[in-house]
Amino acid sequence: MNPRPQLILLGVLIAGLVASHFLGGGAEPHIPALNSYYYDILIGIGINVILAAGLNLVNGYTGQFSLGHAGFMAVGAYASSWLSLTFGYALGSGNVATTTAFLIALLIGGGVAALVGLTVGIPSLRLRGDYLAIVTLGFNEIIKGVIQNCEPLGAQRGLGGMVQHTTVFWVVAFAALTVYTVVSLVDSTYGRGFLAVRDDEIAAEAMGINTTKYKVLAFVIGAFFAGIAGGLYAHFKQFVHPEGFNFLRSVDIVVMVILGGMGSTLGVCFAAVLLTILPELLRYVSKVEALPDWLQHIAENRMILYSLLLIVLMLTRPQGLFGGLTFGKKERRV
Amino acid sequence: MIEFLQQLINGLAQGSIYALIALGYTMVFGVLRFINFAHGDVYMLGAFAGYYLAEKLPHLFGGEPGYTKTAAVLITAMTICAIIGIVIEKLCYRPLRSRPKLTVLITAIGVSLFLENAGQFVFGADPKSFPEIIIDRAIEIPESWGAVSGLTITLSQVIVVGVTIFLLFALRYIVLKTRMGMAMRALSFNPVAASLMGVNNDVVVSFTFGLGSALAGAAGILCSIQQPSIDPLMGVNAGLKAFVAAVLGGIGNIPGAALGGVLIGLIEALVAGYISPNYRDAIVFGVLILILIVKPTGLLGASEREKV
Repeated sequence: MNPRPQLILLGVLIAGLVASHFLGGGAEPHIPALNSYYYDILIGIGINVILAAGLNLVNGYTGQFSLGHAGFMAVGAYASSWLSLTFGYALGSGNVATTTAFLIALLIGGGVAALVGLTVGIPSLRLRGDYLAIVTLGFNEIIKGVIQNCEPLGAQRGLGGMVQHTTVFWVVAFAALTVYTVVSLVDSTYGRGFLAVRDDEIAAEAMGINTTKYKVLAFVIGAFFAGIAGGLYAHFKQFVHPEGFNFLRSVDIVVMVILGGMGSTLGVCFAAVLLTILPELLRYVSKVEALPDWLQHIAENRMILYSLLLIVLMLTRPQGLFGGLTFGKKERRV
Repeated sequence: MIEFLQQLINGLAQGSIYALIALGYTMVFGVLRFINFAHGDVYMLGAFAGYYLAEKLPHLFGGEPGYTKTAAVLITAMTICAIIGIVIEKLCYRPLRSRPKLTVLITAIGVSLFLENAGQFVFGADPKSFPEIIIDRAIEIPESWGAVSGLTITLSQVIVVGVTIFLLFALRYIVLKTRMGMAMRALSFNPVAASLMGVNNDVVVSFTFGLGSALAGAAGILCSIQQPSIDPLMGVNAGLKAFVAAVLGGIGNIPGAALGGVLIGLIEALVAGYISPNYRDAIVFGVLILILIVKPTGLLGASEREKV
């Protein structure tokens, strides 16, 4: 691969560090022009890149259709928040100690999400296409339902009070790590397995590939990164609510993957950026007085546009908007 | 005992509605081998069609609430839904018929989201109260029947179950006794062979969508008679549960969908009555997962070998 992905990763991390230094963290960035609104969008882009790149491994490269990614995000968000709230001060105070605690909480959150992904994946990945979509959707609802009835996690009230640890650096770092992992994985022996499962499950099985193993693996890795994204989200907003991880949030992520082109990591990252900015643009459009009323209303309701986009895209360009874009050398497409 | 019977009756009435929706899922799966995600939203459109017919056109649909008015609203709403179903198939699914299944699935999800959000945009997101097209009342059970007289059975429940049974028999007649039904069965058996035998596949698929959507429309009206509060998102939950019902009965199997619908209604009523209404949805999804793990072909479905 040319240039080497490790170097790109390193470059992105350094860029993130520099950016973080200039942008600062929290509500008071160092550059006055970048107010907290834009800062919010910036963090949102990073989190969505992590979610979409992770889901792309399942929906794009392995050819399964998961519709419950927000459920794993919820698991990671709640697990890491609970850890932060309960054991956050166990490592003492001070910059290094709290950051270590935050990272540990984040990783455990991702781990718990991966574990849930494993328990969900083993039974449901024996199913194909349509069934899998409904079962993962069902699991998303079940996870949400469990949280809503779980008193230590705040039940219907949501969970809040975490310290804001998520900065631009951490978001960029984890987004880069996710993309790096996905790209390297797809280029490895495992990646061949994923693609074989996607292209023809029966043929792959006949070649001696354990298709269930590869499907579950992709699913667990996707869930892990969703958990990390959830943790970052929770430690940025400092408040999580079960309704924030509903079916529509899952659809958001799926739209990013489809729009970007299933099986094209770079395209999916572009789509994640685009679809994070789009609602804000639409909000702006809906306030322009010169436009007719109905256009303003449609701009307010972004889901109408998203759904139309899905239909039109499938009818005219099923490989997605950026389906041909790749990192370095040519990746395989659907 | 009385409480248990009461839950069964409530479950039966709710289950009839799931059964009607599940039939649409199962028939479309039978001929095209894909799940029409937007089917639950056609059910919602049926309810709204009834709302506008009864509320805005009272002079056309006999002013006084009663059986004639109910029948008129029901049949018109079914027709409207049938047309909507045919149009959706023609615009969105037909151009994709030779494409990978995933493409069709994503399109179906897109159609579903579009109907929900366009519904919120056009009808308004707030729940609407469905006009009274028939005056609901409790049916008296004579004292002489003993313990059973303690039950509460409402007129709407009788209508829901009665209309459902009628529609099921009508469907059975269409599928088993008419030429179109024979073509549907042929198509679900083998589409290529059917078209070689002179079956016009496009017409049959359109007919299937129309039939399924009409049943969903009927379910929308029947549900609104029982619980007169409708909103543009009512199809999401009902659609998912009806899908679970179709899988439970064996997807592609018409009697299975009816059986599955009634079973899901009963399970839901019993869980809500004896455990907690909070767990109603989770248990229904639990049933789905259990069925898919233990017997993916459903209760009445036959297993199908995939040929390479």
